[in-house]
Amino acid sequence: MTEHRDVLLKGGRLLDPSSQLDGVGDLLVRDGKVEAFGGSIAAPDGALVIDCKGQVVSPGFIDVHCHLREPGREDVETILTGARAAAAGGFTAVCAMPNTDPVTDNQAAVGFVLKQGRAAEAARVYPIGAISIGQKGERLAEFGEMVHAGAVAVSDDGKPVVSAQLMRTALEYARTFGIPVADHCEEPTLAAGGAMHEGFVSARLGLKGIPAEAEEIMAIRDILLARLTGGHVHLCHMSTKGSVELIRWGKERGISVTAEACPHHLSLTHEMVEGYNTNAKMNPPLRTAADVEAVQQAVKDGTIDVIATDHAPHHNDEKQREFSDAPNGIVGLETALPVNVTWLVKSGIVSLSTLIERMSCAPARLFNLPGGSLRRGSAADITVFDPDQAWTVDPSAFLSKGRNTPYGGRILHGRVGCTLVDGRIVYQRMG
Amino acid sequence: MSAPLGKDLLGLEHLSTEQISLILDTAEPLREISERAIKKVPTLRGATVVNLFFEASTRTRISFEFAEKRLSADTVNVATAASSVTKGETLVDTAKNLEAMKIDMVVIRHASSGAAQFLAERIESNVINAGDGTHEHPTQGLLDLLTLRRKFGTLAGKRVCIVGDVLHSRVARSNIWGLTKLGAEVAVCGPRSLLPNAIADFGVQVFDHIEDAIQWADALNVLRLQLERMTAGYIPSQREYNRVFGVSRERLDRAPRDLVIMHPGPINRGVELDSDVADGPHSVILDQVTNGVAVRMAVLYLLAGHAPALAEAAKGGDR
Repeated sequence: MTEHRDVLLKGGRLLDPSSQLDGVGDLLVRDGKVEAFGGSIAAPDGALVIDCKGQVVSPGFIDVHCHLREPGREDVETILTGARAAAAGGFTAVCAMPNTDPVTDNQAAVGFVLKQGRAAEAARVYPIGAISIGQKGERLAEFGEMVHAGAVAVSDDGKPVVSAQLMRTALEYARTFGIPVADHCEEPTLAAGGAMHEGFVSARLGLKGIPAEAEEIMAIRDILLARLTGGHVHLCHMSTKGSVELIRWGKERGISVTAEACPHHLSLTHEMVEGYNTNAKMNPPLRTAADVEAVQQAVKDGTIDVIATDHAPHHNDEKQREFSDAPNGIVGLETALPVNVTWLVKSGIVSLSTLIERMSCAPARLFNLPGGSLRRGSAADITVFDPDQAWTVDPSAFLSKGRNTPYGGRILHGRVGCTLVDGRIVYQRMG
Repeated sequence: MSAPLGKDLLGLEHLSTEQISLILDTAEPLREISERAIKKVPTLRGATVVNLFFEASTRTRISFEFAEKRLSADTVNVATAASSVTKGETLVDTAKNLEAMKIDMVVIRHASSGAAQFLAERIESNVINAGDGTHEHPTQGLLDLLTLRRKFGTLAGKRVCIVGDVLHSRVARSNIWGLTKLGAEVAVCGPRSLLPNAIADFGVQVFDHIEDAIQWADALNVLRLQLERMTAGYIPSQREYNRVFGVSRERLDRAPRDLVIMHPGPINRGVELDSDVADGPHSVILDQVTNGVAVRMAVLYLLAGHAPALAEAAKGGDR
């Protein structure tokens, strides 16, 4: 890596919920740390000065849930392209789910993800280790060695932990290492064969539905197991009104449960599937307007702690198929900010400050990661963005290899100007 | 001239009442062609139709083939086992290859809901949905409508109950849309495990007891109960299904009026429908089969861009 050069972010709106900072001023970065902020700061000799007038300067976004596909499916994404796409989306760090091929279920595999992430010199990449060996749901993977090698959490994401006993053990065992156990909540027999949310749209289209209860049953199981064990359960991609009510129930009782929601579940409904649109196919599926509204409110009141992308690139050939055969998932890293700004901030549901809390501060806190703050001495992981700028989503311009998005052609608000990781510019938009 | 139905027939949900009536009105005179000694008119001479069947079907495929041949189209049948799909070719590649051979229409039967639309969006040829997964089977819906309309004169205000496995039935969905659009009152009856959870949103009434459905209805459209519903655990046994939901002479005898009995076939005799009912005086099951050819001729004719009024003229073919 090159020597650090001072960077002066000039005249932006400094917005950092972790220190209740909100005001126009300069911010100086030195040696990869926030050196000073507020008021007018004179540019040190040799400093790179970036004009941030009209832009928000916030702690960098952290995505606790994405799929970078390496190793195994380098044709659809690599850690390099994923980390660059993340930086372009304003993310300074991402957590890579372990459902790769082979599965990231041991210290060597964790080390590989870290090595590829460092080589990318874009967003930081943190590995999440598997809960069970091969994500088979049978035997625990070696949490201790994986954490020692750099894993920040464990998850069998892509699949639920079917066995309640295994989930219980994972929550207990994880306590030694102070990591969250992230679960993909899906009761497999109820969800079997399902291609979209179960409701009137699925009934009309003749597609097998996944009822909201398939998610909710596992959500409450995990919450109760967290109560039993004292372990930290993190519920991935919560999508239903019932789920947020159950999480609220758990939090009110002091149970160690945290939860994430995805931008698509905060913006789109199951009607998007009309016409058998495979770019509206993901798991959990898009739900009803009432669910979207409830999850939005949960983001507002903190029942949902973090917004995570569940970035899931797929090859176009795989998505250009009969709906029931197409794979689940959409890309999200490069549309997360504008989707959240458009549907949550512009619509007046949450403040920009709350959005930054959910996209940056809370993920750093819950997963014990650097960043998430502009305080003096914090890692200079910083995102500069224009919350008002409108632009048309053009999937062909993504840095991700994935083009599978339901937002193509939409005009969204909020655009990243530049992204700094460890005080270095890893992304700067041209023009 | 622009085709009155648009490019494709994918389902009845998005057709207007006028378009459905037009198909039925067109089918009426075409019905007569099948009564002739020489059952052929030159209307689609030179047109190539591919019957692309990814799922086993005997009666629907034969019905389409008769309809195509009686309109003088050249037809090719492609069945799953013989196709390159088993070699891993995708649906979109199959379609593009067929189209490269300069065809005019594709009739598709496929196990995936939405497959017909998928194909229609990717090729220039007209696409007719001959049943896609559990979505729609529009020509079956149309032949059911024609059969009932011929029986009742009009569907307005008539009460039709669809009995059985509505959850997995493309016939049921096409029937619900078609009947509703033509002004019939529609109900469904079956075990709740075989009805969509959101069934009420279709604007239909639900009967939990076949006896109540029989009291209410003017006609029953009895669906086939697939054996795999038992193995998948939706209901315990065919035997119990027959005892609880089977349409029997005894049950029909308690009805306040004679009910018209329909079935899309093939019938599981003694399961959803008893033989004496299926073969009884109020069964129109074979009329459905006859009307199926006429309705499919009408759809082919209209999609090919022929003017509705010419249906009458088509009667004037070779006798």
